[in-house]
Amino acid sequence: MIDYGSGNLASAARGLELAAARCGIGAVVTISDDPDVVGQADRIVLPGQGAFADCAQGLAARPGLAAAMHRRVDDGAPFLGICVGMQLMAARGLEHGTTAGFGWIAGDIAPIEADGLRLPHMGWNELVFTPGAHPLLDGLKTGDHAYFVHSYALRTDAPAPVIATTDYGGPVVAMVARGNRAGTQFHVEKSQEVGLTILGNFLRWSP
Amino acid sequence: MLKLRVIPCLDVKDGRVVKGVNFVSLRDAGDPVEQALVYDAAGADELTFLDITASHENRDTIIDVVSRTAARVFLPLTVGGGIRSTEDMRRLLLAGADKCSINSAAIARPDFINEAARKFGSQCVVVAVDARAVAAGRWEIFTHGGRQPTGIDAVAWCGEMQARGAGEILLTSMDRDGTGSGFDLALLQAVAGAVTIPIVASGGVGTLDHFTQGARVGATGLLAASVFHFGQFTISEVKASLHRAGLPVRLTGS
Repeated sequence: MIDYGSGNLASAARGLELAAARCGIGAVVTISDDPDVVGQADRIVLPGQGAFADCAQGLAARPGLAAAMHRRVDDGAPFLGICVGMQLMAARGLEHGTTAGFGWIAGDIAPIEADGLRLPHMGWNELVFTPGAHPLLDGLKTGDHAYFVHSYALRTDAPAPVIATTDYGGPVVAMVARGNRAGTQFHVEKSQEVGLTILGNFLRWSP
Repeated sequence: MLKLRVIPCLDVKDGRVVKGVNFVSLRDAGDPVEQALVYDAAGADELTFLDITASHENRDTIIDVVSRTAARVFLPLTVGGGIRSTEDMRRLLLAGADKCSINSAAIARPDFINEAARKFGSQCVVVAVDARAVAAGRWEIFTHGGRQPTGIDAVAWCGEMQARGAGEILLTSMDRDGTGSGFDLALLQAVAGAVTIPIVASGGVGTLDHFTQGARVGATGLLAASVFHFGQFTISEVKASLHRAGLPVRLTGS
């Protein structure tokens, strides 16, 4: 789990440990900002809280960290981005100016357009997806709830990587996956059983 | 559809629950973690800890409580009480809190809210507002448990807090708190019209209908303490009642 100074890593780490124990997987969860540790990880989780630009800067400010992550993911290590960690997978973020993302998913992280609805989009909302859409969704069904907190979301003209949405004044991207790279806009580590199921699926995922 | 949030609040003093659920099954009813697990299983949508520890020396007790809770409860956790600096916030967030609820420190120095939002993001900055009616259609912020007037207009204050970067308002009517006579709906409606961020209503619920009334005038979160602690209602009963009224809730097991 990549530590780049962005908020609450403890919950996500504990969630992974619990999910691993439930699946009978002997996973060791390491929170680290050391490029050598990240470069040898079997799986990589990138959490993220706050603004896109701040998170992108936080990652870039640690010498060698982003490069090690990219190398490892290019080599095939399964990657899970959570909240802003998922947003960073996009081409660009438009929060606090335009900032480049990883470019793994086409599209921008743009303000949610939800006329008359309060922002941030904060609370439990339903996941909408096609059964069998992706191994990360195994054991879940449309209508299961996940916990969201965000004011920006992925806006894309190339929706193929979108594997689940939610509804907030229209469809809002909830999960993306492309090859060995996946991300959740919602907080898996705060989504009780639904979140732990996804974390367990991630640990067993062989993309 | 986004669901209303039903949020139990636990008062914690020196690391121990002051008013808690009186369940015989609990090994240690004074342990906030045990209480949090009960609410987690009961279908709470978030949890709030209000730290009422008086002495500065014992302030670290809440960090331990948060850390032990976050290790076992996979629900959003808000912590309030005595937060004065971004360093206080950083320690709570690293321990596993998701949101910090800031009250008097925002009144003492409103710039603190800008700094907190810039440093950690608006999503974790909750401004707690304790208001009391001073005239028809006018509410003022009160401090010191509702005894000390500040002269600040509560509705305008909520708008200012949003502009400074707050991501949520926790609105408590000090007139209604502890009375069981329902939320101050006029106050809630006035604030709901003044801000576009989510509002958690607090203070005064005594019946199931009170929750429904709060949601109907614009609260997106409904916080209560005593009615849950003393077993007057379960969280499921509150949600079933909201559901019967046609309001969106996350029913247990989904």
